[in-house]
Amino acid sequence: MTALILLHLPPGSIQGALEFIFEPQSSNVTGGKMVGGFDQTLELALTQLEVTIFALALSLVLALPAGLYLGHKGVGELLAVGLGNAGRAIPELALIAFMAAAIGVGTLNLTIALAVLGIPPILTNAFVGIRQVDRAPVEAARGIGMTEREILFKVELPLAIPTLMAGIRLATIAIVATATIAPLAGVLTLGDYIINENVYGENGVVAGAIVVAVMALTLELLLAALQRRLTSKGLKLSPA
Amino acid sequence: MRSEFTRLRAGIALLLALALSLGVVACGSSNDGGTSSSEEGGSAGAIVSNPKNAKVSLTIGSKNFPESEITSEIYAQALKAAGYKVKTDLGLGSETIALKTLKQGEVSGYPEYTSTALESLFGLEPGEVPAEAQPAYEKAKAELEKDGLTAFPPTPFSSANAVGTTTKFAEEEGLKTVSDLEGKSESMSLYGSPECRQRIDCLAGLEKYYGLKFKSFHPVDIGLRYTVLEKGQADLSILFTTDPQLAAEKDKFVILEDDKEVFPAGNVIFITDQSTAKKAGPDYEKTIVAVQKGLTLPVIQELNARVELEKKSAKQAAAEYLKSAGYVG
Repeated sequence: MTALILLHLPPGSIQGALEFIFEPQSSNVTGGKMVGGFDQTLELALTQLEVTIFALALSLVLALPAGLYLGHKGVGELLAVGLGNAGRAIPELALIAFMAAAIGVGTLNLTIALAVLGIPPILTNAFVGIRQVDRAPVEAARGIGMTEREILFKVELPLAIPTLMAGIRLATIAIVATATIAPLAGVLTLGDYIINENVYGENGVVAGAIVVAVMALTLELLLAALQRRLTSKGLKLSPA
Repeated sequence: MRSEFTRLRAGIALLLALALSLGVVACGSSNDGGTSSSEEGGSAGAIVSNPKNAKVSLTIGSKNFPESEITSEIYAQALKAAGYKVKTDLGLGSETIALKTLKQGEVSGYPEYTSTALESLFGLEPGEVPAEAQPAYEKAKAELEKDGLTAFPPTPFSSANAVGTTTKFAEEEGLKTVSDLEGKSESMSLYGSPECRQRIDCLAGLEKYYGLKFKSFHPVDIGLRYTVLEKGQADLSILFTTDPQLAAEKDKFVILEDDKEVFPAGNVIFITDQSTAKKAGPDYEKTIVAVQKGLTLPVIQELNARVELEKKSAKQAAAEYLKSAGYVG
């Protein structure tokens, strides 16, 4: 998506955006104060990473055990899949505004709002990943006297890793990209550049988009590498 | 219990404000007062449809907040009543984006504020923006004409950013003007729109011209500017002088006087491009200037209340205004 949008921009604006990321620029509305530049960009990017990690951690803590347990028991499909799908339909901004009245704005509000985005794919994929494991090895494990806990962690979980990790990757990308709305909830992330074209100009908007895209791709690559390490040898496609 | 009571009180205050301002609108339209509206001729300046206008299509834009959408709808519906073919394209974005759509010809015009046009679009410092509506309008018009654009005369009401807080906090801290914050602001939190942080007519101006430093600045969605005060999370919040809450909940919220005039007030001017203005003929400007005559501060506050507090659509609020002020039958 981002790549497509970037392709349609006039060639000068990519260069302008790159300059904006590294060198402070002047702005019409600040009364002479410079904006952008490496220090500000780094600070915003680090905050974006921070809220992403908080929200992802919260989604994992809430959704992963629930998904694994329900998947293992084979119950609550309606809950795991239905709730998962319903969760995707909740508008983030409305959620932030709703929680603003209850718990105020700030990191806590934002973390919960972003976790709501991360929970559905993790929950659904954990459930589906465990459920779709071939019943034969599970029965065999039970036959040789493994406990239910051992079956879940030694048989089902390793076989479910690819599906489960796909859910975590989806959640991560959704969270890091959506963390750009944070400046509407009291937290300054790269969304500051994207929301405020008035202040930062088109270069700032494109600069923000580029940095967020780079962060999303980096996280995706890191998680893909983690997935390869976690996947058991027998499941990997070996070169012919 | 308590929250129900507050809600009840807010409801009563709102009803009172509604009744009051309906009275104001009604007064503006009464034809025995000898007010300026009688010079329109006919009964209370009702807009007359001109069949010549039917071949002109206009698209009226707006920026992305209720007051801009309301004024835009008022203009659009009035132009429709004058016989034009009118579409609306509301919520375009901030001024930079709205101006871009106008220059690209996607909209025929949109309501802008003189202060915003001069500062944000043409880079004037707050001190260089004329305090009076007419000279500010003329200056903005002159700048716009360099780009092949033009503007119609300003509305009676003007709007400005303001540092606001709860009445209770202002009393406790002895705050009446923004200068009163000196020496105290270091322990206070300020909330404002995300762009406020860097803008000279907002936080950057408070720092530069008042020399104030705040404990912290938190960006929030404009829609939350009263929520953060009510919730007790913000000590200070950037409000607008035309906010309905300031009229409906007078005992609850207060704005600090901008004694160094860092937040210039802006009247609304309708910006359009010269070729459209020429093509659309004299009724274009005449209709817009006529229909905005009733837009005084209490009236715009009331219209903002109907949209922001009663959750009516801008379209509906505008239609009610046009009808009760006698512009349409």
